[in-house]
Amino acid sequence: MEPLKMIEKDIQPMDVHPMNDILRMDRLPHIWCPGCGIGTAVTAFAAGLDKANIDLKKTCIVSGIGCTGRVAGYIKLDSFHTTHGRGIAFATGIKVANPDLKVIVFSGDGDLISIGGNHFIHAARRNVNMLVICINNFIYAMTGGQVAPTTPLAAYATTSPFGCVEPPFNIPYLADSSGAVYVARWTALHVRRLTNSIAEALNKPGFSVIEVISPCAMYYSRINRLGDGLDMMKFYHDNSEIRHGEDTKNLDIGFQTKIIVGKFVDRERPTYMDSYNKWLSGTKKAEK
Amino acid sequence: MKANPRDVNTGTYYMDGDVAAGYGALAAGCRFIGGYPITPSTEAAETFARIAPQAGAVFIQMEDELGSIASVMGASWSGVKTMTITSGPGYSLMMEAIGLGAMIEAPFVILNIQRGGPSTGVPTKTGQADMMQARWGSHGDYEVIAIAPDSPQELFDYTIKAFNLSEKYRCPVMIMADECVGHMSEKVVVPPAEEIEIEPRRFYNGPKEKYLPFKPDKDLVPKMVKAGDGYNLYITGLVHDEKGYPIKNQLEKGKRQKLPTRRLVDKIRLNADKIIELTEEGMDDAEVVVVSYGISYRVAIRGIEIARGKGIKVGNLRLITVWPFPDKKISELASKVKAFVVPEINYGQIVFEVERCSHGQANVVLVPHGGAGVHNPEDIAEAIEYAVNEKKKIRKVVEWKTRLEKFVFEGGYKLNK
Amino acid sequence: MKTNLKAVLTGTHTLSGNEACIEGAFAAGCLFLAAYPIMPAIETIERYLKRSAEVGATFIQMEDEISALAAVIGASWTGKKSMTATSGPGFSNMMEHLGLGVMLETPCVIIDVQRTGPSLGIPNRAGQADMMQARWGSHGDYEVITLAPGSPQEMFDFTIKAFNFSEKYRTPVIVISDEYIAHKKEKVVIPPADGIKITPRRYFKGQKDKYLPFKRDKDFVPRMVDIGDGFKFHVTGLTHDDKGYPIMLEECQEYNVHPILWKIRNHVDEIVEFQETGTVDAEIVIVYYGATSEAAIKAMKQAKDMGIKVGGLKLDVVWPFPDKKIAELAEKVKAFVVPEINYGQIVSEVERCSYGNANVIFVSHGEKGINNTDDIVSAIKLALKEKERKKGIIEYRSQAGSS
Repeated sequence: MEPLKMIEKDIQPMDVHPMNDILRMDRLPHIWCPGCGIGTAVTAFAAGLDKANIDLKKTCIVSGIGCTGRVAGYIKLDSFHTTHGRGIAFATGIKVANPDLKVIVFSGDGDLISIGGNHFIHAARRNVNMLVICINNFIYAMTGGQVAPTTPLAAYATTSPFGCVEPPFNIPYLADSSGAVYVARWTALHVRRLTNSIAEALNKPGFSVIEVISPCAMYYSRINRLGDGLDMMKFYHDNSEIRHGEDTKNLDIGFQTKIIVGKFVDRERPTYMDSYNKWLSGTKKAEK
Repeated sequence: MKANPRDVNTGTYYMDGDVAAGYGALAAGCRFIGGYPITPSTEAAETFARIAPQAGAVFIQMEDELGSIASVMGASWSGVKTMTITSGPGYSLMMEAIGLGAMIEAPFVILNIQRGGPSTGVPTKTGQADMMQARWGSHGDYEVIAIAPDSPQELFDYTIKAFNLSEKYRCPVMIMADECVGHMSEKVVVPPAEEIEIEPRRFYNGPKEKYLPFKPDKDLVPKMVKAGDGYNLYITGLVHDEKGYPIKNQLEKGKRQKLPTRRLVDKIRLNADKIIELTEEGMDDAEVVVVSYGISYRVAIRGIEIARGKGIKVGNLRLITVWPFPDKKISELASKVKAFVVPEINYGQIVFEVERCSHGQANVVLVPHGGAGVHNPEDIAEAIEYAVNEKKKIRKVVEWKTRLEKFVFEGGYKLNK
Repeated sequence: MKTNLKAVLTGTHTLSGNEACIEGAFAAGCLFLAAYPIMPAIETIERYLKRSAEVGATFIQMEDEISALAAVIGASWTGKKSMTATSGPGFSNMMEHLGLGVMLETPCVIIDVQRTGPSLGIPNRAGQADMMQARWGSHGDYEVITLAPGSPQEMFDFTIKAFNFSEKYRTPVIVISDEYIAHKKEKVVIPPADGIKITPRRYFKGQKDKYLPFKRDKDFVPRMVDIGDGFKFHVTGLTHDDKGYPIMLEECQEYNVHPILWKIRNHVDEIVEFQETGTVDAEIVIVYYGATSEAAIKAMKQAKDMGIKVGGLKLDVVWPFPDKKIAELAEKVKAFVVPEINYGQIVSEVERCSYGNANVIFVSHGEKGINNTDDIVSAIKLALKEKERKKGIIEYRSQAGSS
């Protein structure tokens, strides 16, 4: 039998999409362009949620603004699409007011690291129990390709028409030095590893950050003449190197240079609610 | 003073309003823009980033809108003309710093390409619902100047004018355009540099030791110097005296003393007649006057045409500067006409100012539109017809029920078909 | 609805306005405060922390005011009544999220303790110059409810009212006090818990799969659920339909935003509250609110002693504005006198609503502290003297020496 026929024979028809429980099917198709990596990351996230074996009823997702900001709208959890950069602040409110909930912030690099940078470092410092998934596509895509705090030096963007002159943030290093307990980086190509990482981080108490390097075929690749989404995936395939436990200082990304991926930080620190409850019981005692 | 030829890309173009604003800013002598990408204003920032090097100007994309406007004020005190570019949500974030701008009297321009609100609203479509925010959005008492252009050509011309006003009165000047104007492509004529009038900064020329950064001239506006000229400036957002020192400690207990913040509002209020720019047409025998601004003005023209076709005498008043508001003009018209019709792309903002200034002498009809589109001229025409036939004096703003409202709430409009 | 007994400090206390405000919040069932320290609102945080352990309420000091209000809105969706407290500059920073609160139709309370502005102004002196900002400070069309307490007792009462309004209309509610009331210590009577009326949250009680977060009841207010109840709802700051899904059409904009305004505008008569004194036969009516109350009441008394027929209208709820009441009074009286600690804000609303039927005298105040009684009395005399019907506001400038 021909190989294709063999595969077809194995496929059993299904009544519903396997992700029906996790994605809002009534909202599909989504808004993302062909070649974009966000959809892949969402798939990995959905698989990760499944794998993490957590109570989905008690899980909620918060997004900011931007292409990745739209993720919350496609996930069938209690989901919030908030203002630009304030996803983490909004999520902090949810988590602190009801610590029983599992909170995920799913947003982009511009949203989380630029306008929301302050909330990012402070939530990491406090160690608020949440998972932050940051899609890094090196550019502001929703508004049409402006320079981002992650745009590599010399890369073009519409507001850096002569090449970016600002050095970019190294997101894992920023998260690590601010106090995050779990830091990993994958590309949109590493779907299986990303899924595992998400599942692992979901069960990790504390502030966890997973950076997902993702192609933006419409703006970043086009302005910089890097080909389409597939070309970017090929680039990730040829140029990413897994180095678990690598010092986060060494994770800078240059323009079309090697991308180091892996799990870099996995440590224990008391979470915000642990410390808060300790303080609270302390004051109660003092009053007795 | 005339514009510097290096800043002016003289020629005739087919460009959209955002791009025209970028060209206008450079022609006005702008040397610094701090901005943050936000739909639908981004093209203006992109344009400036592209053309800035020809004049040695700088575009910096800051980490957020709070950073943008703060950088702009800093640049302003370093002696250059500055601007920031944003839309509704970014504009809301700038509110605190607008107060600082008013307080430290830094001349700068804010270009706000309004979109449908509130909150994230409709980012890619139009709105005019930040008009009151422009006037009242920051805490404390201050006055601003706001201009509402209605075409790409005007976005070029009035960006220059905005810079001139900000230098003249040393206050934040807002260009309150909207998505429709920002994304509309039309012919734009950029004149030669010698035809562009530029207001230079009011620099202080006296002896160094005598300089007081907040000592006003006769028109209540103080003179500026640059940071780095050796004046050892002290500029603060606290209430300060003419030296710039916080006044708190100098207030004696029990003694009544006026705060110098009064001048911040007076310098605009007392110069309002010089600042206000209007166009009026068909006022002589008008029974109803349509008051509009920005893109709504262009829609209103058609509405008025329809009404005039029915034999109604309609006047057309366009507010080019919306703030300071032309109190006197409206009050004067109110005593002559039956009613005002105010079409605006919001659910009632400037209409309340019209109501206030008409002092009960004329009825006021609002033709609302929630945003994400412009009015249907038929609605405006019908509102005019209603206004001219209404015999009673009505003690409130009459909100005209538009076709859109009827369609959505009564016409069986179904979402999620 | 039952209140947490520990949360209500029944009895008579001597409290500052800020402290009374927090007691009011606890009595109303508030369980979450996110804030950033700012003069002169700090005592609210201090009081909250002092009592939070026994009440079982949560506090977080956020990294700025922007995140404080964001956290409050997030917390409100977990089912806890939430609030934040700030002053002018912080209030300006909250403007974007005030719009988000309106768009997500989230009940929450914002306390703005006004200080002298603009910008940093004078941090430890009173002001009333954020009044218009409360109404117009965020971009886009929205309506807010704003209460202006005039004493520590009212701080307590109005904070409870604010929580009740916010639950009833699913909207952010602002309590706008100022430094003078915030720091003034006075007798505050806290009634027994069962004597305090609390409006419960309007929860959805139907089938899970039928829940639509923005499907409106007859009074245009939609029903809420909590995060974690298994409804798997979606909300967004974008223009949305009943489901909460974004639709970028002008029809949807009309469908979404107009009712958000209607839910306030159509209930103005139920929301608006004011206190009238002697307006029946008054020639002059003083319109006042907040910290100006004290001086206004004194001035009213002095003027009455002089034989002037003067009445008073204290605005408890400033937004929505009592348009009808002012219009009705304007037809009867000669003039309004409006003292404010600013250079003209609420006075322009009085002008608008008087429709040229009465003169409007504005007593501006650009000094430290609150309005001077003598200034108000002089303004009343000026109002009596003015025979002509003037168009526009007549400003009575205080006689203090200029700096």
